[in-house]
Amino acid sequence: MALLEVDRLSIHFGGVKAVDDVSFSLDAGTVYAVIGPNGAGKTTLFNLITDLYQPTSGDIRLDGISITGMAPHRLAMLGIARTFQNLQICINMDALENVMVGAHLRLDRNVFKSALHWPGITRRDRALREECSALMCSVGLEHYIGARADSMPYGALKRLEIARALALQPRILFLDEPAAGLNATETLEIDRLVRRVADTGVTIVLVEHDMKMVKNLSDRILVLDYGKKLAEGSAQEVLDNPEVIAAYLGTSV
Amino acid sequence: MDLQLAQFLQFLFSGVTVGATYALAALGFTLIYNASHVINFAQGEFIMLGGMLSVFFSQAGLPMPLALGLAIVVPALVGMALEKLAIEPVMGAETVTLIIITIGASLVIRGLVQVWLGKGTFSLPAFSGEKPILFLGATLMPQSLWVLGVSALVVLALGYFFKYTLYGKAMLATSYNRGAAQLVGIHTGGVLLVSFALSASVGALGGVLLTPITLTSYDTGILLGLKGFVGAVVGGLGNGLGAVIGGLLVGVMEAMGAGYISSAYKDAIPFILILFILFFLPRGILGGQSTDRV
Amino acid sequence: MHLAKYRALALLSLLLLVLPWLLPNSFYVDLVIRMLINCVIVLGLNLLIGFAGQISLGHAGFVGIGAYASAVLPSHFGWHPAAAIGAGALITGVLAALIARPIFQLKGHYLAMATLGLGIIIAMVLRNEAGLTGGPDGMAVVPLELFGLPLSSDRQWYAVVATLLVLSVWLCENLMDSPFGRALRALHGSEPASQVAGVNVVRYKISIFVLSAMFASLMGSVTALYVGFVTPSLADFFHSIELVTMVVVGGMASIYGSLLGAVVLTALPQALTRFEGWETVAFGAILMASMVFMPRGLVPSLHAWWSQRRAPSNPQQAVS
Repeated sequence: MALLEVDRLSIHFGGVKAVDDVSFSLDAGTVYAVIGPNGAGKTTLFNLITDLYQPTSGDIRLDGISITGMAPHRLAMLGIARTFQNLQICINMDALENVMVGAHLRLDRNVFKSALHWPGITRRDRALREECSALMCSVGLEHYIGARADSMPYGALKRLEIARALALQPRILFLDEPAAGLNATETLEIDRLVRRVADTGVTIVLVEHDMKMVKNLSDRILVLDYGKKLAEGSAQEVLDNPEVIAAYLGTSV
Repeated sequence: MDLQLAQFLQFLFSGVTVGATYALAALGFTLIYNASHVINFAQGEFIMLGGMLSVFFSQAGLPMPLALGLAIVVPALVGMALEKLAIEPVMGAETVTLIIITIGASLVIRGLVQVWLGKGTFSLPAFSGEKPILFLGATLMPQSLWVLGVSALVVLALGYFFKYTLYGKAMLATSYNRGAAQLVGIHTGGVLLVSFALSASVGALGGVLLTPITLTSYDTGILLGLKGFVGAVVGGLGNGLGAVIGGLLVGVMEAMGAGYISSAYKDAIPFILILFILFFLPRGILGGQSTDRV
Repeated sequence: MHLAKYRALALLSLLLLVLPWLLPNSFYVDLVIRMLINCVIVLGLNLLIGFAGQISLGHAGFVGIGAYASAVLPSHFGWHPAAAIGAGALITGVLAALIARPIFQLKGHYLAMATLGLGIIIAMVLRNEAGLTGGPDGMAVVPLELFGLPLSSDRQWYAVVATLLVLSVWLCENLMDSPFGRALRALHGSEPASQVAGVNVVRYKISIFVLSAMFASLMGSVTALYVGFVTPSLADFFHSIELVTMVVVGGMASIYGSLLGAVVLTALPQALTRFEGWETVAFGAILMASMVFMPRGLVPSLHAWWSQRRAPSNPQQAVS
């Protein structure tokens, strides 16, 4: 059975069908890319699947169980993590703490134990600190371990979000334009990073505009246009598809 | 039967009268909110200033029309000062910061009035006499007609201004999208200044009109402002027509509640109303603001 | 808890221990007791405003509930004053929990207005139900007896309140340093980010609101028992604004900042007590100036300024 199934998902904002009758499924351990021109509905699709928006119709199933309409924080409990296109970093905290937030569910959050400085809590917190420092190193952020989030450049923050998502130890990782706003070198690094993560067995769903990256990384690609599914298949199939080319580049007159 | 109708009308009249002031206050909130996304907690103080200054100027010997005129112009100036000193420096800050700074401004205004004009309660003579008008068994004070009439004129004038004049449309454009407005050459800083001035004058006018009926003192601003805000939210924050309807509604419900249920809790009614609206109809009756993009 | 924080706490305890001997007369002891009471309330409020990034413009309402519970329950219903304190905290907690769920669906200005409305309604009830509460003039409070000894002298109350303060600081430091506290701060930084990390944002907001309300209620009871008299002004809007001012000026998301804010702004009205109108102006001016020049509050701003002076180099210059 596929790990994640999206079944005829739609969302309408007033008269706009931002996502219109989209269905696909993905298997565990694969890298699945969602591409399409700007405004095609890619981020909206992400927001629907990660339950930040409620769909007008359709269903989403994880391991066969419906997760449509669940509260977003509960998806984290099911092992779904994501990053944001417009960066959602807790600017008021340290870089390391941002990553530690990702591991929130793995720690004891009981108010009373916290207030009374229960010994177990401190010990595990310190262990988590170590683990998250290691995680920051693995995404190339060793220089920022002691830094505050508000002192970090854009490229580093993009990687910080990925580190935070990884701290959840997710089964599925949704990456929303991880290379947006990055230069060629940085994009290459992200490319390698995503490859490393995929190699550990995490299922990845990727929204990206950088075609080289998409071609390198993906096992399967979904093309959206005006909220509708335009094409789906392997990189070769999709990128040679004349409709896809027309949607991106326009037809010649 | 007749007595019940008379009583109902009585409550309705007093409710609509005070509701007109709330409506003007609500309009003030809406003007500023649309221009800057700031809730001006000092709005109520403009209403108070209108009342207090009209008393002060007329007692200082100025002819009534001049006194009233000044009582509207001076708050406008205060409003502009507020914009320059309190809002501009913190433009774009967190909501908490903005709320607190306008609260601070309201304290400064109220404190200064308390120091310079004292803690007394004052009144103004009614504009056209005190002879009550009888209507279906209920009495209506002529001053109420002044309140309703002038308020309606102001609302119509503002509506015309925003819909049909170039400057009014420029202000609306700024409220929808500040950046775009700047790009087409609209002087958005000026727009902000004007909205504060307008909002303050409108509020002050309400205060001036109401003073012969409800009297005035240095601390009437708080409740009036808050109830005006309730009216703005009830009608849908950011919606001008909603503000007017909301304000009137708050006034009427307050009067009805005071008359039929309990006059001790009269002042609590608008707040119960706002909690109700915020929980069940947060966009207000006519619909308010939009969602964020993630 | 980090070593530095233990040191600060030890310093605070030492200061509190020594202070009574330095104060010239009972007027000052009374002032300090009021400061300490405000410190605890403001600590709780700061958890909500500074750390969690929410707002409450009606917190004095909770102080009022605690105060009046300590007055009404023993006087009219014969409860033991200690039980009344607990009841006040419980009532406050339940009310806060009930009202929090719908309130925290709101954001920003709407949230502010809802809390404002709540505070005003509470104050009005206290003012109007004269049969129960003594109306606008207030009512007397049955004194508390601890283990058979009536708690009446200044020194005894000082000991009680100082202990409560040290305990509260310790609890708050622990809380903010823990996963719970981190989630709370994350919620302030970015709600979507914390949500996808598994933080039940609504539940956290409710928890911290209830916690800070109960701090306020508890200290309201303490105030009632200490002063021996309660009036509805304890719950009114201006008191709520004073409390918010203390948080904002002292330092949002700073524990010792809250203490500083409470100390300074409890002393200020005393100094200005002859100049009533000027007191209001001063408060307003302080609020405005703080927001313009030190939006994060006194202690964090000083801290930031101090850190800048000591470590001018920026790690990112080397890497990007």
